[in-house]
Amino acid sequence: MKLNFLTAHELQGLLAAKKIEPVQILADIEERCRIVEPKIRAYARAPFFRKISSESRLQGELSGIPAVIKDNICSDGDLTECCSRILEGFRPPYDATVVEKLKGNGSFIMAKANMDEFAFGSSCETSCFYPTRNPWNTDHVPGGSSGGAAASVAADEAIFSLGSDTGGSIRQPAALCGVVGLKPTYGRVSRYGLIAFASSLDQIGPLTKDVRDNALLLKIISGHDEKDSTSADMPVPDYPALLEKDVRGMRVAIPREYFVEGMDPEIRQSLTEAKNKLGSLGVSFGEVSLPHTEYAVAVYYIIATAEASSNLARFDGVQYGLRNSEKTNSGQPPLISMYKETRGRGFGAEAKRRITLGTYVLSSGYYDAYYLRASKVRALIKDDFDKVFKEFDLILTPTSPTAAFKLGEKTNDPLNMYLSDIYTISANLAGIPAISLPCGLTKKGLPIGMQVLGKPFGEEDIFRLAYQYEQNTAWHKEKPKL
Amino acid sequence: MKYEAVIGLEVHVQLKTKTKAFCGCVNEFGSKENTNICPVCLGLPGSLPVLNEKAYKMSMKVGLALDCVPRQCVKFDRKNYFYPDLPKNFQISQYDMPFAENGALDIYVNGQDKKIRIKRVHLEEDAGKLMHPEGESYSLVDFNRAGAPLLEIVSEPDMHSPDDAYQYLTDLKLIIQYLDISDCDMEKGSLRCDANISLRPEGQVKLGTKAELKNMNSFKAIKAALTYEIKRQEKILENKEPIAQETRLWDEEKEQTILMRSKEEAHDYRYFPEPDLPIFDLAGEEIQDIMDTLPELPKAKLGRFMGSYGFSQKDAAVIISSKGLADYFESCLKFFNAPKPVANWLAGPVFSEMNSRNISIVSLGLAPEHLAKLISRVEDGSISRLVAKDVLSVMLKTSQGPDAIIKDKGLQQVSGASELNKIIDEAIANNKKSVDDYLSGKENALMFLVGQVMKLSSGKANPKAVKDMMTERLKKC
Repeated sequence: MKLNFLTAHELQGLLAAKKIEPVQILADIEERCRIVEPKIRAYARAPFFRKISSESRLQGELSGIPAVIKDNICSDGDLTECCSRILEGFRPPYDATVVEKLKGNGSFIMAKANMDEFAFGSSCETSCFYPTRNPWNTDHVPGGSSGGAAASVAADEAIFSLGSDTGGSIRQPAALCGVVGLKPTYGRVSRYGLIAFASSLDQIGPLTKDVRDNALLLKIISGHDEKDSTSADMPVPDYPALLEKDVRGMRVAIPREYFVEGMDPEIRQSLTEAKNKLGSLGVSFGEVSLPHTEYAVAVYYIIATAEASSNLARFDGVQYGLRNSEKTNSGQPPLISMYKETRGRGFGAEAKRRITLGTYVLSSGYYDAYYLRASKVRALIKDDFDKVFKEFDLILTPTSPTAAFKLGEKTNDPLNMYLSDIYTISANLAGIPAISLPCGLTKKGLPIGMQVLGKPFGEEDIFRLAYQYEQNTAWHKEKPKL
Repeated sequence: MKYEAVIGLEVHVQLKTKTKAFCGCVNEFGSKENTNICPVCLGLPGSLPVLNEKAYKMSMKVGLALDCVPRQCVKFDRKNYFYPDLPKNFQISQYDMPFAENGALDIYVNGQDKKIRIKRVHLEEDAGKLMHPEGESYSLVDFNRAGAPLLEIVSEPDMHSPDDAYQYLTDLKLIIQYLDISDCDMEKGSLRCDANISLRPEGQVKLGTKAELKNMNSFKAIKAALTYEIKRQEKILENKEPIAQETRLWDEEKEQTILMRSKEEAHDYRYFPEPDLPIFDLAGEEIQDIMDTLPELPKAKLGRFMGSYGFSQKDAAVIISSKGLADYFESCLKFFNAPKPVANWLAGPVFSEMNSRNISIVSLGLAPEHLAKLISRVEDGSISRLVAKDVLSVMLKTSQGPDAIIKDKGLQQVSGASELNKIIDEAIANNKKSVDDYLSGKENALMFLVGQVMKLSSGKANPKAVKDMMTERLKKC
């Protein structure tokens, strides 16, 4: 078998047994890219295979295994543009902490993955470069915003990737592409070097071919970072070593609000089957209510856009990225016209929409009605989860209300697009960890994902359940025909 | 109609931490452009702030020194506005949960005690500096200052005259210097002050419409700007016109304030909590620890010096006008416990030496034990004050002790009768006219003759002994 189809832990074993050489991994990936990348377009730019060979001698758990990272994660000297024109040519002079950790473990950056501009989107269609396509059906979107990160793993042109998740941006594309994607607890992974969308919601996490790789990656990228004041000073468990613990007796909650009348019947069916499978493994279930769920999308689009409007203010053409200072006839001072021209041309429509929305909700006279109220409801949403976790270990829900939709289907209907994240947003607002893993295929052959949410810093429990499920099913072994 | 001015001041103090407020860059004035910079203070995408613990402790100190109520929970917020010297186009500042609130500073102005309430003390980051090369169509930015810790101290509008404002600033600066947290140098921009001023008819409680004054580069300029502004607003009110709420710039050359922007053009800063920093919970012990490191503050020292050493308010004020001087004074007392002579020497010759060279007492290089010894030599009559001043100037040049200098130069005071008689004879012989004047009743002539003796002795004669002996001697003439 070609090595590009394997997982990191499988490659690790082969490398350790000296059955393969790191160069072979790369050669297989390069060959695969040549075939599938023109159809999928998972990468923001052509991968850089040449850089690699000298670096791959490093010792570590990922020694010789290449990494793909989303285009909003900084790596020293590499173009990092958030798939936005406004960051044209930006090469950060430093590595994100997660990149340092990958490199420290012997990995190296092979490519930057395509994404929705600044992670604003659920379909990977707002990238300034091109949309990424779903490997299962190239008429469909891969989800987003980490669409390229998910598609590259699903198409086996990457071993694993790192994405970022602000409202579902790892889990939703993982579900739509049939891979495993984790949004860790807020503070579990350092955000230093992640170009911020919404600082209080953003979290970096792994997208992998199976649960074991996900656990391995989380172990490597987690931990306290003195460069990120919001990173937690908590010990990092040896997640892979804890996977095989029995799930018998685990209590899983099924929230009423996530299984509503009129939901996609195929998704309902898959979730029911998953629940039955887990039940047969000794997991017990109980129905619960998360009463503030209905406000999650509204709260999210206030808090996330407010923070984004401020985080994106720095893109002004002064220090880096695009600058458009051509004289206009506006009669405005040159500085103001440079700001307007640069930001006007540099940002895409969705970025402009979110900056405008965020600026509005923070404006004097509106702050209390929007931002402040949203912050209060956010606390209630968190309380809902705290209450459930007093009696349950985990929560099981669908990841996305539908399987992958078609390109262009929702681009002119932003509200409908925002609802793609209806099941994933609450975990970000509450800061809790959640995973998406494959649990079925639609009749049309598109993947379905299930979401498992856990207590703060309860990734270990999530992995355990996900791993046992995976061991007893074969969904993760299904591959798109490319 | 008579009007009362209502003045509130916003003082910005640059903290002299080793590193910047939220990153590890050196916090230094005068380095080459854009050398003390990193991804964090440049606001590069992906970088995150981490609070400097020293800056936080200094902020707490100022709050406590100004009798503020320290907050248990301290939060940072973003102040959003676009300007090219602001790398992120927002400033990390504090909005509703600053380091300290509700304090007070007591000042003494024109014979009156006044209490100026302090509204809040908060920490924020400084911006970079724009440079506009002459004749060029572009501007440059130096980010060395970007991210430097800046403390903002906001008073309540409790001042009513330019003198009040001047005294408040003087006392505030002194407290900050005592805390040793800032150079407070307005020329270097480590202390900046904006003023809010409005007028109201005397006796009215309701505040008038205020103007904000900016761009004053010295305490004197603040006084002048306020004085100008009172006149300007008075004139408007007397014409029965309304005052416009606006920001005005002080023009040092024209000595007037000019319009910068009106209320309509004011920014909406869209403050919201800084999501990249946690809310800081302060434990009670931590506040106590910081409290324990506070030095004796100027007001307490003033009271103690007046009480323990019997100084007048005026004399004590001179000695405590810098912590270094006050500490030096007390060091001297350990070697020679005579508060008043020591104070006089410090306030007199030593102080003027410091002023003329514009340096601190410490930089003067005068060991307290040497100065104390010198003063003791004057007090025990070994040398005259006049000689002592010469000895002092040698001490300042050579760092030698006074006894060595006195011995080397043979400056020991002459009090012996035989030696003095010889010199007195000489003085009388040389100044027959003055002797005649004295004998004919002109008392002044005595001091002239004593002066001549002093001169002949090169200042070594004991003036008191000379005067007594001269009086006796002239009786015999």
